[in-house]
Amino acid sequence: MPLVEAVALTRAFGVRRAVDKVDLAIESGECLALFGPNGAGKTTLLRLFAGLLRPTSGEARVGGVTLPGGARARATVGLISHQTMLYPALTALENLLFAARLHGVPDARDAALAALERVSMADRAETLVRDLSRGMQQRVTVARALVHRPRVLLLDEPFTGLDDAGSTTLAATLTELAEEGAALLLVTHDVREGLALATQVAVMRRGAIVLREPRLASGEPDGFVQRYRALVAS
Amino acid sequence: MSADLVTGVEPPATTEGQAVEAFEPPAFLAAALLIARKDLVVELRTRTALLAALALSVLAIVIFNFAWDPTAVAAIDLAPGLLWVIFTFSGLLGLHRAFGVEQTDRAMDVLLGAPIPRGAIYTGKALGNLAFVLLVQAVSIPAALVVYNLEFARIILPLAGIAVLAAIGLVAVGTLFGAMTTSARASELLLPVLALPFFVPIVMTAAQATARLMAGRPAIESLGWLKLLAAYDLVFAVACAFAYNIIADE
Repeated sequence: MPLVEAVALTRAFGVRRAVDKVDLAIESGECLALFGPNGAGKTTLLRLFAGLLRPTSGEARVGGVTLPGGARARATVGLISHQTMLYPALTALENLLFAARLHGVPDARDAALAALERVSMADRAETLVRDLSRGMQQRVTVARALVHRPRVLLLDEPFTGLDDAGSTTLAATLTELAEEGAALLLVTHDVREGLALATQVAVMRRGAIVLREPRLASGEPDGFVQRYRALVAS
Repeated sequence: MSADLVTGVEPPATTEGQAVEAFEPPAFLAAALLIARKDLVVELRTRTALLAALALSVLAIVIFNFAWDPTAVAAIDLAPGLLWVIFTFSGLLGLHRAFGVEQTDRAMDVLLGAPIPRGAIYTGKALGNLAFVLLVQAVSIPAALVVYNLEFARIILPLAGIAVLAAIGLVAVGTLFGAMTTSARASELLLPVLALPFFVPIVMTAAQATARLMAGRPAIESLGWLKLLAAYDLVFAVACAFAYNIIADE
């Protein structure tokens, strides 16, 4: 059973279909890298899988549970979005504790500190988020998304604002999570970064998936970039 | 399965071919209290709305004190109406802020993505707002009684009771409209426009009960107004909690 599954998933805003009859499946241990131009519907697709939007038609399922109704399904999802989703007036640790307790993580403090340690932010645990640099905030965002040990990770431009060390750490963490059996849906404009992590590749245009193939079939990044540009331009 | 590499926490069990298990989420009230506590910590650290509401309340009390001729109109005739106008508008500052704080960096997605009932989010926000409004009332009621030279000892406790009852209704309605308007353009204007008509029955009954209390009328005369106020609280709290469940998914 796929951990992430869409069946004819459609979401319309007025007459415009942001996501149009999308079918996809991501198994445990897989990472699907989703590329597409601005406005293709990638973020809307992620929000549907996060249970933050109700589909107009079709189904979004996570861990076998249909969204957005299933609180159980939301419990297994970790989301990293364009925005940090942090409270600037709380410390990094308080932000993680809040998220952990909302998910019912036992020993929330230990889990929060361990997550901060993982992104090399343990020494800034007591710093208010508003006093952190953008890159550091992004690291805390990553830690916050992982603190409840999600089985499904939805990543929308997760490398934004990260320096080289942060990007390397995040890539290693995501690889480890996939090896442990998590399913990853990665939205990025950085084709090289996406291909490096992906086991599947998909391209979205005007709400629809126009290409989906195993990573191995995508070949070298340069060749894929040429095909991608041709697809989104057509 | 081994302890998680990231958090060190033993991950929830996964059964092949079945729905993925997760940690046991907090109960409804525990989740609501968690959200309310977080909101209060954020507000006490930033003090943005609290200081503004307190300043507005105290300034309004002082300004109105100099705005009428006390030899022509007695304080007990004007104070009930003034107090409830002040509570209403100072409370709006906090009601707007409650969901505004979630919009800054889309922290609202953390709440909506959590495995807790939508109603717990509404209840948590309402509890935080209630604490905010009661805090403002705790400062402005004694200030008004002192400035308008009213019988402090006789009035303070019954008036506090009326204030709590009215605050529940104001917060129930205001929290819902705060949620609805927070991401709208000109939300600061939209919230009062939408919420104030619903505040009217609450403020009207509270002001009637307050007027009788301040005039020294028998308590039985206020009882009818207080029952009506309690009924409004119940209806608004239940209706708004239901309505939030609908708007949260959209």
